[in-house]
Amino acid sequence: MNKYDPRQQDDILGRIAEWRRDGRRIAVATVIKTWGSSPRPVGSQLAIDDSGAMIGSVSGGCIEGAVVREAMQSIQDGQPRMLDFGVSDEQAWEVGLACGGEVKVYVERIEGQ
Amino acid sequence: MKAELFDALMAYREAKTPVAMVTRLEGGEQALVTKDVAEGSLGLSDALVTEARTRMRDDRSGISTDGSHFIHVHNPSLRMIIVGAVHISQLLAPMAALAGYAVTIVDPRASFATEERFPGVELSDDWPDEALEALQPDSRTAIVTLTHDPKLDDPALQVALRSEAFYIACLGSKRTHARRLDRLREEGFNDKDFARLHGPAGLDIGAVSPAEIAISVLAEMTAVKHGAEPLKAAA
Repeated sequence: MNKYDPRQQDDILGRIAEWRRDGRRIAVATVIKTWGSSPRPVGSQLAIDDSGAMIGSVSGGCIEGAVVREAMQSIQDGQPRMLDFGVSDEQAWEVGLACGGEVKVYVERIEGQ
Repeated sequence: MKAELFDALMAYREAKTPVAMVTRLEGGEQALVTKDVAEGSLGLSDALVTEARTRMRDDRSGISTDGSHFIHVHNPSLRMIIVGAVHISQLLAPMAALAGYAVTIVDPRASFATEERFPGVELSDDWPDEALEALQPDSRTAIVTLTHDPKLDDPALQVALRSEAFYIACLGSKRTHARRLDRLREEGFNDKDFARLHGPAGLDIGAVSPAEIAISVLAEMTAVKHGAEPLKAAA
């Protein structure tokens, strides 16, 4: 049981479907635009459940913490969110991208079954 | 995302149908677009539907030209067809699967293409040309022949070269490859075809073990897919 299968780490939608079957509440974050040397391309996704479990990524790990916080909010209030991250951002010292790139991330709740 | 739309997205994915999810950035309404239909709560202009289909063809997600929608392309997995259920294939198949390829192994020799040697991998024991014709390789397919046996490799290559496969490679020494090209020339193929043929397969990284050879093939395939400069023939 629960044998680690690295293939699953890339199948975000498949995992979301499993989580839904388990009755978990879920949000998904998607990279919708990048500038400069962003680590993950447009279309990359990070799924988050209401316990904070996550799969996938929207960066090299620099902004995932902030995205998870926003995703939890989205799970609560059902509102989608647009997040901008970059070195020019005021938050740069906190959650900016060390690589110098910029990304725009869209966060939405996935309705349950 | 509405439950119905998520279910529809998963159903298209299951059916290996290319599909794009279009999201209005103000408000978050969504629609799914395939080659034939558009469905969902978001009404789409003809221009947006056309753009979604163009992006599906180009496998390129992004913000629409009108600036107010995100078009997320969900294309079926890239495919890799390996001819020869040999030792290298046992390493190459799981590595390619990790890299996101749906792998099929073709080998008519019953003792090679066994579930025990390739757990969970799709196997075909058809003759390679028949197997490849049935699999209909397209521009999102890579084909690698690993048997060294002209009886098995050559028929596969003839089908491969007539397809739009983005990567075609054959294992074997330079001498073996030269003889292979001679045989294919007799079958009517020419230098233009041979320019698509990567032989000996893989980047020159000094690979010796089956795992290392698998890495070199996967690396070359990746470079070709992204149009990167081949690192071959460094010597």
